[in-house]
Amino acid sequence: MEFAELIKTPRADNVVLHRPFYLAVEGTLCLTGHHLIFSSRRQDNAEELWLLHSNIDSIEKRFVGSLGTIVIKCKDLRIIQLDIPGMEECLNIASSIEALSTLDSVTLMYPFFYRPMFEIVEDGWRSFLPDQEFELLSSVTDEWRLSCINKEFSVCPSYPPVVVVPKSIDDEALRKVAMFRYGSRFPVLSYYHKKNGMVMMRSSQPLTGTNGRRCKEDEKLINATLRPGKRGYIIDTRSLNVAQQARAKGGGFEQEAHYPQWRRIHKCIERFNILQESLIKLVEACNDQSHNMDRWLSKLEASNWLTHIKEILTAACLAAQCIDREGASVLVHGTEGTDSTLQVTSLAQIILDPRCRTIRGFESLVVREWLQAGHPFQQRCAQSAYSNSKQKWEAPVFLLFLDCVWQILRQFPCSFEFNEQFLIMLFEHAYASQFGTFLGNNENERSKLKLPQKTMSLWSWVNRSEELSKFQNPLFEANSLVIWPSVAPQSLQLWEGVFLRWNRPSKFLDEAHEEMINIIKYNKELQAKVNALRRQLAEMETDDRMQENL
Amino acid sequence: VENVRLLDRLSSRKAALGTLYLTATHVIFVENVSETRKETWVLHSQISSIEKQATTATGCPLLIRCKNFQVIQLVIPQERDCHDVYISLIRLARPVKYEELYCFSFNPKLDKEEREQGWKLVDLNEEYNRMGIPNNYWQISDINRDYGVCDSYPTELYVPKSATAHIIVGSSKFRSRRRFPALSYYCKDNNASICRSSQPLSGFSARCLEDEQMLQAIRKANPGSDFIYVVDTRPKLNAMANRAAGKGYENEDNYSNIKFQFIGIENIHVMRSSLQKMLEVCELKSPSMSDFLWGLENSGWLKHIKAIMDAGIFIAKAVAEEGVSVLVHCSDGWDRTAQVCSVASLLLDPYYRTMKGFMVLVEKDWVSFGHKFNHRYGNLDGDPKEISPVMDQFIECVWQLMEQFPCAFEFNERFLIHIQHHIYSCQFGNFLCNSQKERRELKIQERTYSLWAHLWKNRANYLNPLYRSDHGQTQGTLRPQMAPCNFLYKFWSGMYNRFEKGLHPRQSVTDYLMAVKEETQQLEEELEVLGERLANLQKSQLNDDKVKSKQQDRSKQLGLSTSNNSLANTPQEYSNDLKSFPSRSPSQGDEEDSALILTQDNLKSSDPDLSANSDQESGVEDLSCRSPSGGGCLPSEDSGKDSDEAVYLAV
Repeated sequence: MEFAELIKTPRADNVVLHRPFYLAVEGTLCLTGHHLIFSSRRQDNAEELWLLHSNIDSIEKRFVGSLGTIVIKCKDLRIIQLDIPGMEECLNIASSIEALSTLDSVTLMYPFFYRPMFEIVEDGWRSFLPDQEFELLSSVTDEWRLSCINKEFSVCPSYPPVVVVPKSIDDEALRKVAMFRYGSRFPVLSYYHKKNGMVMMRSSQPLTGTNGRRCKEDEKLINATLRPGKRGYIIDTRSLNVAQQARAKGGGFEQEAHYPQWRRIHKCIERFNILQESLIKLVEACNDQSHNMDRWLSKLEASNWLTHIKEILTAACLAAQCIDREGASVLVHGTEGTDSTLQVTSLAQIILDPRCRTIRGFESLVVREWLQAGHPFQQRCAQSAYSNSKQKWEAPVFLLFLDCVWQILRQFPCSFEFNEQFLIMLFEHAYASQFGTFLGNNENERSKLKLPQKTMSLWSWVNRSEELSKFQNPLFEANSLVIWPSVAPQSLQLWEGVFLRWNRPSKFLDEAHEEMINIIKYNKELQAKVNALRRQLAEMETDDRMQENL
Repeated sequence: VENVRLLDRLSSRKAALGTLYLTATHVIFVENVSETRKETWVLHSQISSIEKQATTATGCPLLIRCKNFQVIQLVIPQERDCHDVYISLIRLARPVKYEELYCFSFNPKLDKEEREQGWKLVDLNEEYNRMGIPNNYWQISDINRDYGVCDSYPTELYVPKSATAHIIVGSSKFRSRRRFPALSYYCKDNNASICRSSQPLSGFSARCLEDEQMLQAIRKANPGSDFIYVVDTRPKLNAMANRAAGKGYENEDNYSNIKFQFIGIENIHVMRSSLQKMLEVCELKSPSMSDFLWGLENSGWLKHIKAIMDAGIFIAKAVAEEGVSVLVHCSDGWDRTAQVCSVASLLLDPYYRTMKGFMVLVEKDWVSFGHKFNHRYGNLDGDPKEISPVMDQFIECVWQLMEQFPCAFEFNERFLIHIQHHIYSCQFGNFLCNSQKERRELKIQERTYSLWAHLWKNRANYLNPLYRSDHGQTQGTLRPQMAPCNFLYKFWSGMYNRFEKGLHPRQSVTDYLMAVKEETQQLEEELEVLGERLANLQKSQLNDDKVKSKQQDRSKQLGLSTSNNSLANTPQEYSNDLKSFPSRSPSQGDEEDSALILTQDNLKSSDPDLSANSDQESGVEDLSCRSPSGGGCLPSEDSGKDSDEAVYLAV
């Protein structure tokens, strides 16, 4: 298919662009296969806006006489308005944008066409390989092994080719366990707590069904992670009620009788359309221009967004607490083990493991616990808060995770190597990107699409020093401790950097951030100067002494 | 001093066993744990309510709520002891005479001269001079010199030059409690001013020529504008109801060239119950997100804060952008009027956003104009219906502005919290009584100390590290976003959950940056010293060179060889240096070590008054956040151990 077929009017002049907090600008609008480009024609201060079609969540058009107006709502929650003279042009442009922003074939997406303008220092596709990760693990324990059982994605389509499992469990047993777990997602290692050797595993729900089916190998597998005489915790991210209902559909949960060494705790993390609706309501409230103070708070409440944040963080803290404080191993799962499970396991690691609070460590966490673990990014991030079409699979699961990280970052502003911008950047790229990293729903699909060969990795771009400097937290001082966030409502806040990003003037906050950077920069410069002078003095003094000695 | 063994239950934390002491001024609880002997001090004047709850198997619970939002739960084993403590506290928390208050016994060991100096720190005449007054339009009036015209006003007031004594007295007779229009703020650049008064006694039809002339005089004092705004900060309904009582508001037809405007800020009773509702939400044991947001919403607190801000913004805009003078009043002109005038001044004039300027502002619009501190904050036992968090709201408005303009204020959050604390503490004389007249009669300045001097002495602790006097954000008028801006007003957990440390960010950006800045200053000094030493050395070497001109060749050689030597040494030395600086742990690098100890000492010594609530501890904790391996994160670990555990599991 040629994009040109979809573009009936590639260019329109005298278009006026409206954005909140900016003066309206007149300029030229161009459509290409992947971008909407607006450039002001002002000589003095030429301005260009490039918008990926894939970033467009919804589009509305209306007419006053022959002047058409298109309102474009983006997945990054921005809203812009374009006034286009000429009814035909406007209609053409609107229908082109609509078609180009909803291409159904992945291989037509921009990452397959994008050619980087920067020098690739490190191929991000090879930055975080499971083998390297396992090497780190095997330096502290030999109780685990890398299994290549899923090499051709034959056992579990949503797992990566290699997984870490207890050494004592062979591949044959794994195959049997896979039969007993939803989507074949058998328990695998998620995190090893060096401090006390406790582990966190994740899986999907067991297929116990209504007649209480059991699987000896499954029991053996998870028991293999327990120390003699010790108990473990199973954190089921569903309420007991939901878990019981799942039995009717062949799913279920671990029965005490068959897992006597495990204590099951049910949490209640919502999924799918409940989360999606929560996002839609929240963004609606944030964009509402009319309401008074009262209605703002009740709308914020009614969206339930912060309630979800609180639930997820609480579950993650609980998992971390079991591991670090109770000295117990933990298995986390919900239904599929691809959404709330990953929220809990990844957040628990941020709480427990200082490495995950560095830039590189966090990237590795996203790769391990989200991309390789088979979170279906393509399904979940297909639409964001403005979408009209009710599709079943969208859910802001990853955005909720990032929001939770932001909440912890806010409570421990000096313990993270990255800043808020880094999290916002990941949010943007998960929904629309020139890079292939977040395409596909799992490693299986990514390998079929040959993404590493045909597209650029986000990490190749981010991990260059020019980009990294934007994402570094000037306040960072390595903190080797476990950080326990507060989950009280007073401690949780709306993530303004994302949800009010386009509705508030950020000038004063940006200035404050700049000032902060300057204070620290100046301090470091002085340190360097003092050190240099000290050295010079020391040299001269030895020089002097030697002369005297002569 | 009663010696009772009892349990201390702070929120959901584990109970601590200890001893309770009652002194003349404080309730003191000392933990039994021998190493720490952690002490909790509560001033009697801070106690807002004491509740005796039903006796349980473990003992008799006693709940003490404080005006600085601390909540203390005690369990006393013996019912009889509990009752005694209860009765004593009820009496102690409600003194009937000013002389019983803490400030008359508080002695910070300063001599007489220092005390007098302290009271001179804030001088309102100086302040009006700073504004450019007296000038051609405004003059000082001594008409109220023995409080003859208005007993809640100060002796010295600034009025338009054209307002004769006859006009002033006439106007005062037409104003509630004789609080006639007087100058609060004057804008040098465009002659626009903010004046304040109480409501006119207009009833349904009454008018007063002198009052009309007074407003005319205010208008004439601003030649650039042909009208003035009259802002009534009450809801229209309230103002209309007042007409039935012979009070009310200005009729535009009677006054030439005024534009009348209502801004609906609710009265003190609504505000009191609003705070009450919000505090109930703060006190909830492990509330859900919905409980909290609903409760916050139903309290209406943030809506009221926004109303006050909106009024301030309206006035600041009239003065700065339109160049129009404004007369502000409410009913008596000492609550809402004070709030609105001070918020507007703060927006208009960068001076009030400095530490000194803020003290001046409070002194000007609150203390001198007769805000009824004693009644509003219940210092002496009085009518509970008079109590209302008027000043608390103003302080919160300042905080909300600090959140929106992080570089614009010289002081930090701690400064505001400590001022709020001392409004209730009665440890200093500044906020005693209901008017200047009462304070003079009590000889406050001779018998008590000034809070401003105390805060000023410890100003290093109250600095906002992001403030720079030459920063763009610091200059000129602050223009907060108007609409839509509801989401800009946020719950202030630093104030209302001040004592629940577990709820706050565990690391403080402000404290971190303050420590960095202090280190920077030391580095600057060291740089200078090192530079001098280097220069001296070079000079002496130069001299040596001259003297030893014969040996020049050899010394050159030597120079080379030594530098080679030192090069070989560099990596080691370098890394040593590196270590001693960036890794700010107190054990390395003597300079920082002392720096850290210094600030800790500062913090300690600065807070003797606040020892009342073991605040020193938090200061140290926050600061030590900087050393990665140090105590900074221990509190978080600790809290993880007990409280959070309960929280995660409970939910």
